[in-house]
Amino acid sequence: MTPEPTMLAEMYRRMVRIRQFELAATDLFKRGQLKGTVHTYIGMEASGVGVCMALRQDDLIAGTHRSHGHNIAKGADVARMMAELLGKETGYCKGRGGSMHVAAFETGSLGALAVVASGIPLAVGAALGFQLRGEDRVAVPFTGDAGANTGNWHESLNMAAAWGLPVVFVLENNHYGVSTRIEDVVKEPDLSRRAAGYGLPGVRVDGFDVLAVYEAALAAVARARAGEGPTLLVTESYRVDGHYAGEPEVYRDKAEVAEFRARDPIARFRTRLLDEGLIGESELDAIDAEVAAEIEAAVAFAKASSEPDPATALDYIYA
Amino acid sequence: MTTETRDSVSLAGKVPAMSPDTIRQVPDGVPANLQSYQEAIREALREEMRHDPAVFLLGEDIAKHGGAFGVTRTLFDEFGAERVRNTPIAENTIVGTATGAALVGQRPVAEIMFVDFSGLAMDQIATQAAKLRFMTGGQCSVPWVLRMPQGGGAGKSTAAQHSQSLEVWFAHIPGLKVVLPSTPYDAKGLMKAAIRDDNPVIFLEHKLLYSFKGLVPEEDYVLPLGRCDVKREGSDVTVVASGYMVWHAMVAAQVCEGEGISVEVVDVRTISPLDHETIGASARKTGRVVAVAEACEQYGPANEWAMVALEQAWDVLRGPVVRVAGRNSPIPFANSLEHGVWPDTEDVIRAIRRVMDGRGPVE
Repeated sequence: MTPEPTMLAEMYRRMVRIRQFELAATDLFKRGQLKGTVHTYIGMEASGVGVCMALRQDDLIAGTHRSHGHNIAKGADVARMMAELLGKETGYCKGRGGSMHVAAFETGSLGALAVVASGIPLAVGAALGFQLRGEDRVAVPFTGDAGANTGNWHESLNMAAAWGLPVVFVLENNHYGVSTRIEDVVKEPDLSRRAAGYGLPGVRVDGFDVLAVYEAALAAVARARAGEGPTLLVTESYRVDGHYAGEPEVYRDKAEVAEFRARDPIARFRTRLLDEGLIGESELDAIDAEVAAEIEAAVAFAKASSEPDPATALDYIYA
Repeated sequence: MTTETRDSVSLAGKVPAMSPDTIRQVPDGVPANLQSYQEAIREALREEMRHDPAVFLLGEDIAKHGGAFGVTRTLFDEFGAERVRNTPIAENTIVGTATGAALVGQRPVAEIMFVDFSGLAMDQIATQAAKLRFMTGGQCSVPWVLRMPQGGGAGKSTAAQHSQSLEVWFAHIPGLKVVLPSTPYDAKGLMKAAIRDDNPVIFLEHKLLYSFKGLVPEEDYVLPLGRCDVKREGSDVTVVASGYMVWHAMVAAQVCEGEGISVEVVDVRTISPLDHETIGASARKTGRVVAVAEACEQYGPANEWAMVALEQAWDVLRGPVVRVAGRNSPIPFANSLEHGVWPDTEDVIRAIRRVMDGRGPVE
C-alpha cells in the first residue's frame, strides 16, 4: 500500500536534506573549513530514510562513522548537525564529537560509534532495557557490509535472537569496507542468509528504492514491537563517494561508480512520484528550494557559532 | 628486584597471620556481622536490586551456578532469570549490551569471569562506554558496573591467563572509574556506591580476598568513590597499597612496629580517579613513602602513587620513594616460580627498612 502523500513528501524532503547536507559538508571540507574527515551517505539516502520513517520518535538508532544521513533521516536539526561538523559549541555534541560522532539524542539516538559494528551491542542493550520494562520501543543499529564480519555483529545477532529482543539489525550493503569489496572477503554474498543460522528472519531489499526499504522496515519494526523478536534487514546499496571525502579511489573503476551513481535513489523516487501522480512537480521543486535554503542557513549558523572555550576541555568526562 | 639485590629479612618466627582484627573498620557498639568479602559483595548487589528495580545482573554462568567464584549465588532464587541473566560467552557484547541498557535508564552490573578475559571486551569498555558521554557533549551517561575478579597468589597456580592484575589498563582511560577494595566493609560500601554512580565503574575483586572475613555493619552505608582510606596511622613511613597488597602492608607494619618503625598504610581503594590529597597528606606527614602493587612494575600503579607522593611532598621527603611491585613477567604455573613474581610481606618489610635507612630501592 502506498503511503499517504504527506508521508511521501516527508520521505522526499529527508532524502533531499541528506543529499544537500552531504554536498555542503563536502564543499566545506574541500575548502579546508571543515576539519577532520567526512564520510558521506550520498547514494544511500533511501536506506536510512526508508528505515527511520518506519520508526517512532522514541525508537532508538545506533549510528556509525557514516551517520549524517541516519541522524537526518531520524529528524535531527541540520543546523546543529552542521555546527557539530565545524566543531562549534552549538553542535549536538558541543564540538566534542565532530562528523564521526554526531548524534542527536533528542530525536532518538544511542550515539554514533566510529569503530565498525561497535554500536550494534548498544542497540541490543537498549532493546533489553525496553523488554525488561515492558515498553514497546524498538532499537535499530546500522552498520555496513564490513561490519557484518565482526564479532560484535555475530554476538549481537545471536544474543538478540536468543532473548527475543526488539531489534531491527540494518545492514547497509554498500559493497565496500574502505577499499575492500565485500565479495572479496566473503564466500556467500547474500548477507541476509546469515540470519537463518541465528534463528531470525533475514530480509533483503533494494536499497535504492525508498518505498521498498520502508515496507520491509515497517514489517520488521512491527514484528519487534509485537514481541516477536529481531530481524536482519539488508539494504542492497552502494557507496558512490569514496570512503571519505577526497579519497583517491584507486581500487575501483570509474565506470562502476558511474553506473551506480545513475541509480540515484532521489531521482528515482521523484520520477515515481511524478509518474504515478502522487506529488506534483511544483511541490517537489518547492521542497528542493526549501531544503536548499535550510542548508544554506545551517552553514551560516554553524560558521557564526562560537568554538568551545578551551577552559571547558575537561567537561563531560564524568557525569 | 634480582636475587642479588634482595636483603635478607630476619623475621623473628613467621610473618603474623592475617585476621579480621588486622583491619578494623566498624566502631565498637555498631551492630555488625562477620562477613566474607564475597558475601559482602553479594549483599550489596542484593540490597541494591531490592532498592532499585533498574538494577540487574548479566554475565556468564551467574544465574543458578552463581558465577565462577559464587558471588551471585542465591540471587537467582530471589530475583529470577530476568534480573540475574546468563549470557553467551561473548564478552564484548556483554559489555556493549550493558552500555545500551544503561543508556536507556537501567543500571546493569555485568560480570566478566576473570579480568584476563577483558581483552575481549576492551573496545566496548575503553573505546565506547568510557567515551560516550564525552563525545556526545554530555547528552548521555553510562551508569554500569563491570565486576571482574583479578589477581592471584602463590599456591593458587592459575597461571598466565587467569591471574593478572590489570587495573592500569582501565585507570589509563579517562571516563572510567576503577575500584579495588581490600576488605569486606569496603567491598560492600564501594559496590553500592558504584551501582549508584552515573559513570561506568570497573569493580575489581581480588580473588584471594573472597574468603577473607571482616565486620560489616547491618545498617545501609555507602562509601565515597575517588578517595583513599588510611587503614593504619603511623609517623615514620607511608605505605601506599591496594587490594591484597594492603594486607601485606598491614602485616609488614605490625612487624616493623616491633622494630620501632611507625608505619602508616594508605589503601588506594579507588584506583581512578586517584585521590592525590590523601596520598600527599600522608607523604608530607611521614616524609617517607613505599608504594606497593601486585601488578607488573613497569608502568604500573605503584609508579603513579610514587609520583603523586613526589609531586605533593618532594620538599619534605626524608628519603627515597621506593616501589614494590610484581615482576615484569607473565604469571607462571609452578608454585616455586609463583614465589618469584609476586610481592609479599617480606618484600614490603625490606622496602620499609631500606627507606628508613635512607637507601634506595636497588643496590
